[in-house]
Amino acid sequence: METKWAVDNLQTIRTLMERSALYRRALAPIMILAGAIGIAAGLTGWLCRIESNRGFVCLWLVTAIISLAGALFLMRRQALKDSETFWSPPTRRVCQALLPAFFVGLVMACLILAFSSGSGGQGIQLFLVILWVLFYGCAVHAAGFFMPRGIRWLGWLFIIVGCVIFSSLGGHWVDRLQPHLLMGGIFGGLHLAYGIYLHFTEQKTPTA
Amino acid sequence: MNPDLFPRLNRVIHEKGRLAIMSALAAAPELTFTELRDLLDMTDGNLTTHIRTLQQEGFVSVAKSYQNNRPLTSCTLTAAGRKAFAQYIDLLDQIVRQSRSK
Repeated sequence: METKWAVDNLQTIRTLMERSALYRRALAPIMILAGAIGIAAGLTGWLCRIESNRGFVCLWLVTAIISLAGALFLMRRQALKDSETFWSPPTRRVCQALLPAFFVGLVMACLILAFSSGSGGQGIQLFLVILWVLFYGCAVHAAGFFMPRGIRWLGWLFIIVGCVIFSSLGGHWVDRLQPHLLMGGIFGGLHLAYGIYLHFTEQKTPTA
Repeated sequence: MNPDLFPRLNRVIHEKGRLAIMSALAAAPELTFTELRDLLDMTDGNLTTHIRTLQQEGFVSVAKSYQNNRPLTSCTLTAAGRKAFAQYIDLLDQIVRQSRSK
């Protein structure tokens, strides 16, 4: 009887410790890096006139891979600096929360890449931008349950922006939007703004 | 089983609410009052009372500051609190191991 009580207490302690360990590692630098890469990719696509669907998808997939690699590099660097485990439980939970929506976004991109014609199609690209923004918002919101609360607001911001553009499809102002600049503006702009906000407001406490 | 182990459990930490606060703070460098309240599903009054008790024992330190012009109360585990919590877990572990070995 007394032993069961002790075991239950230990289990409760373990659960609470796991739940309270939020992911806080290198958020501001990661957001600023992702923002800068997003804006650079948007300008590159626009200035280089990458207009085909395949070109559009390829450019943004490469951008996503570069951003992800950069984020992992920054996380790893801070983990080493603070002598912490890189693949900590909070990091693992954040990745698990991001994964489903990222996977769907990737599948959508692959389908567009596989079935689209070589010629440009701004409508398809705009539709893809909206899908990516919505799925990304959902992913960030899900990850926000294991991160500081502000991240969930960022997720909602992506979702709201995606919904506004989606509801305005067919309107003259939306059809004039350049997909690359839209991607750069939304992904790059929002990340950069949030990163700068975090840089000046977040507490300088380490961890993982 | 060694009956001496039970009386050695720290009575301040042993209370359910305070044990939850100590557990949460042990895994995070710092938690705000709101984060603790939401995580542990406690009322403001209940949480305040427990934090005050832990603070009086020297287990938890409370810092008040401002973020975006709003008051922010942050709690951290002190070195004494971390040590007492580690001892408490160690005792629980001993109790479990002793009974399993029988």
